[in-house]
Amino acid sequence: MQKVYNKILSITGNVITVKAQNVAYEDLAEITTSRGKSLAQVIKLENDLVSLQVFSGSQGIATNDEIRFLGNPMRVTFSENMLGRIFNGSGVPRDKGAHLTENLIEVAGPAVNPAKRIIPKNMIRTNIPMIDVFNSLVVSQKLPIFSVSGEPYNQLLARIALQAEVDMIILGGIGLKYDEYMYFKKELEEGGALSRSIIFMHTASDPIVEGLMVPDLSLAVAEKFALKGKNVLVLLTDMTNYADALKEIAITMEMVPSNRGYPGDLYSQLAARYEKAVDFEGAGSVTILAVTTMPGDDVTHPVPDNTGYITEGQFYLKNGRIEPFGSLSRLKQQVNDKTREDHRAIMDGMIQLYAQYRETEEKRAMGFRMNEWDNKLLKYGVNFEAGMMDLSVNISLEDALDLGWKIMSQCFAPEETGMKSELIKKFWPKDNN
Amino acid sequence: MSEKTGKIVGISGNMITVEFDSDIIQNEVGFAVCGDEKLKSEVVKIQGNKAFMQVFESTKGLKIGSLVEFSGEMLAVELGPGILGMVYDGLQNPLNELAQIHGSFLKRGAIEAALTREKNWEFTPCIKDGDQVTGGDVIGHVPEGIFKHPIFVPFHYTESYTVSFIIKKGEYNVDKVIAKVKNERDEELDLKMYFNWPVKIPITSYREKLVPKDPLVTQTRIIDTFFPIAKGGTYCIPGPFGAGKTVLQQVTSRFAEADVVIIAACGERAGEVVETLREFPEITDPRTGKSLMERTIIICNTSSMPVAAREASVYTAATLGEYYRQMGLDVLLLADSTSRWAQAMRELSGRLEEIPGEEAFPAYLESRIAQFYERAGLVELNDGKMGSLTIGGTVSPAGGNFEEPVTQSTLKVVGAFHGLSRERSDARRYPAIHPLESWSKYNSINDKKLISNARDILFKGNEVHQMMLVVGEEGTSLEDFVIYLKSEFLDNVYLQQNSFDDVDGASSPKRQQIIFKKVDEILKSKFTFKDKSTARHFFNQLRQLFIDWNYIDMHEDKFKEQENKIIKLIEEYSSDAESL
Repeated sequence: MQKVYNKILSITGNVITVKAQNVAYEDLAEITTSRGKSLAQVIKLENDLVSLQVFSGSQGIATNDEIRFLGNPMRVTFSENMLGRIFNGSGVPRDKGAHLTENLIEVAGPAVNPAKRIIPKNMIRTNIPMIDVFNSLVVSQKLPIFSVSGEPYNQLLARIALQAEVDMIILGGIGLKYDEYMYFKKELEEGGALSRSIIFMHTASDPIVEGLMVPDLSLAVAEKFALKGKNVLVLLTDMTNYADALKEIAITMEMVPSNRGYPGDLYSQLAARYEKAVDFEGAGSVTILAVTTMPGDDVTHPVPDNTGYITEGQFYLKNGRIEPFGSLSRLKQQVNDKTREDHRAIMDGMIQLYAQYRETEEKRAMGFRMNEWDNKLLKYGVNFEAGMMDLSVNISLEDALDLGWKIMSQCFAPEETGMKSELIKKFWPKDNN
Repeated sequence: MSEKTGKIVGISGNMITVEFDSDIIQNEVGFAVCGDEKLKSEVVKIQGNKAFMQVFESTKGLKIGSLVEFSGEMLAVELGPGILGMVYDGLQNPLNELAQIHGSFLKRGAIEAALTREKNWEFTPCIKDGDQVTGGDVIGHVPEGIFKHPIFVPFHYTESYTVSFIIKKGEYNVDKVIAKVKNERDEELDLKMYFNWPVKIPITSYREKLVPKDPLVTQTRIIDTFFPIAKGGTYCIPGPFGAGKTVLQQVTSRFAEADVVIIAACGERAGEVVETLREFPEITDPRTGKSLMERTIIICNTSSMPVAAREASVYTAATLGEYYRQMGLDVLLLADSTSRWAQAMRELSGRLEEIPGEEAFPAYLESRIAQFYERAGLVELNDGKMGSLTIGGTVSPAGGNFEEPVTQSTLKVVGAFHGLSRERSDARRYPAIHPLESWSKYNSINDKKLISNARDILFKGNEVHQMMLVVGEEGTSLEDFVIYLKSEFLDNVYLQQNSFDDVDGASSPKRQQIIFKKVDEILKSKFTFKDKSTARHFFNQLRQLFIDWNYIDMHEDKFKEQENKIIKLIEEYSSDAESL
């Protein structure tokens, strides 16, 4: 029914141009090359010139290859049958399972009306004190893990995924190394979570454009499940690769770059994805945890920088620990007043003291004599790092709060902590042994 | 409505190129037809018979040759009763009404009237047949929530008119013709309770613009005392992400002593607006005794909503602010964040293939920012009343570095600068306004001399602190060390404030004066300590007492008791000093 075109006018990067009529913006086309079939998407229309980005890359495309416009934008199947399955960035199965074509849904659909959103109110417990006590994770939150290559961010992601109380997990991998992909698969399988997971996996060896669709596919499916009442946790790793793919296309399209080559709409593009995190009234929710690796450990790099402005906080993973400084959960205020009355005080007080410890530690390293107060801080810092910050610590929130009081009482007199007097009366351990 | 049309000849992102054959206006609104949806767009550039239009919706599915219908009018908002308490998108579509009709998602092409046509307002005329009127004159009133809403002759009616008909007192909806006026050429014009006003044109129907002088109280100590804002003034809050810009704006929107607060959530997180949206109706405004929502308007064009509408949203907010200023009210407009608005301009400029300026922002960035802040001001209206529009904008500089175009252009035009610092927010010192870098040109609620003394201590304390990092505590004299402790004390008990606490979150001017006086006494006191650790011990105790004091309601007896405890502690150490 749709006309077939076989005259490609230009091929630059992963973008090809053809002359065609009656093509709609963002529609898909199928290109048949000697290597097989690939999808492509309309990204620019100018008179009868149509520019398309080719998902599998432009290598090996001949100027007389066949292009057939499908007459619809990107869609993805949606059904319970997807659970336990693995797909690629075009939505095609990567495992050996059957092709799913039923119930196609639109990807990158419209935004949720802000008036229909509700205030997030449910905490997701992870049993990691640096998260539960200091930066609680909340249902419908969007939170990135800022890290650098070599840090165990995917391990942290997997651990949160397995321990968090959610109905479903959707994992979107963008530019992942093959062994990382295998690691996730194994963890989910061994943790018994694969049967409630859906994986969209784009590895580093796949064509870069395909990675661009992974967040959209993952989130479109997540949104549908949420509307059906499921609490879905979406894991995206690594969003820096996603941003790099955007950059590549933008440069190919000769768009004016804004900062280090990234397109000016990087913020809007990332926001459109992250803002899919939502808690539907009377239905389920979508929570997003994403990994953003910071090139050169530089948080002012455009990708972490723009991400930080979009997401509701961030976890810094550094030297195998979640850093208390810089890490932030913006939604924690919604939930940490309903846990225990000392939760907020412990959260702020212990960090303030830890900040002083860091200063003292610097002075000590420079060879200054330590006074009595300095020694107290030094002792505190060591206890805090061992008891709270170590990633292997696996205790409930309440135990962690008790531990907080214990650590403080081992090091300080009550009035040195800056805590409210009534809390001190109630929680300060009576015997300091 | 005109019946001019055009045809799409190019699509790239949210920019379409349209070929037209009649005449069109710059900034004219058109609708791109996509199936049964009509996508609102605005002309941003005209070249020959081609118009470049930004589409306020996703352009998915548009085709070459698709029809564009021009409206013959610039992008405008409806001004009339019924705006207060509303939640609008950047183009003044009411979001609650859209949600009722279309459900959870924002349906593309859906447009709803900004002012409800269903509600009847009780109109009381205040003019009679034969009266002379002109644009900006009041022809009657309707009650709107917390105050009497005057009905104006539209501001763009600049001639002199004779009233030929005025309806009698009664209940009417906004579409009802309530008056007719004739100009000198005997042409009759219908007046309704509302009219349209183009958002990009400031309302200037007043006698004179004055210099702002009275402080606008925000009940945040560091702002009101150290870096005040003024009624009719402008200020900006730049800061890296996570430094607490939005929380500060939320606290201000809640506690500021303004008659009307407009929150323009421009390209930021939807979740943040939701908190305001859901909480404000529940909170009572102590000034009016009614719900806080009744003095609030929310313009909500969050980051995942179409970027072109984001560009329009700050103008929509400013226009609504100017409208309420015309009624002699003090209006506070909080724009969060102006960087997102600047980015929307950048995206647009990129699609127009304009030559980029610094960081790819358009060359006209600076003048646009200046024009926006210039819409603020204290004005004397034509009837002698005063009205003010205060604009506070957050800036989200890339990488938290203030040396970037949006921050720099903003700093040139605002009257106060509240620079948030990562260093302070990391140390949980909230609000993280940097006390040494920030400034304000406006008048404080506290005595100038006391403030300059306190700032002096802060500067000196910082110097001592820097020095201590090099020479250590033992290399610092006791005298210097006490200055450092004093500056820390001031920071801890006065500059820092717990915005999540019911009492500490809002500090009235009176309370600020009492507390600041006490703080000042301590800063000026000469204590003699036998060593540094005694000094530290004393200030720790004092800090504890003060923090507890901050959490006690001023009207409780405990407030005085706590003050006495503080006085006692100070005396203890001062008398120590005397005996030595």
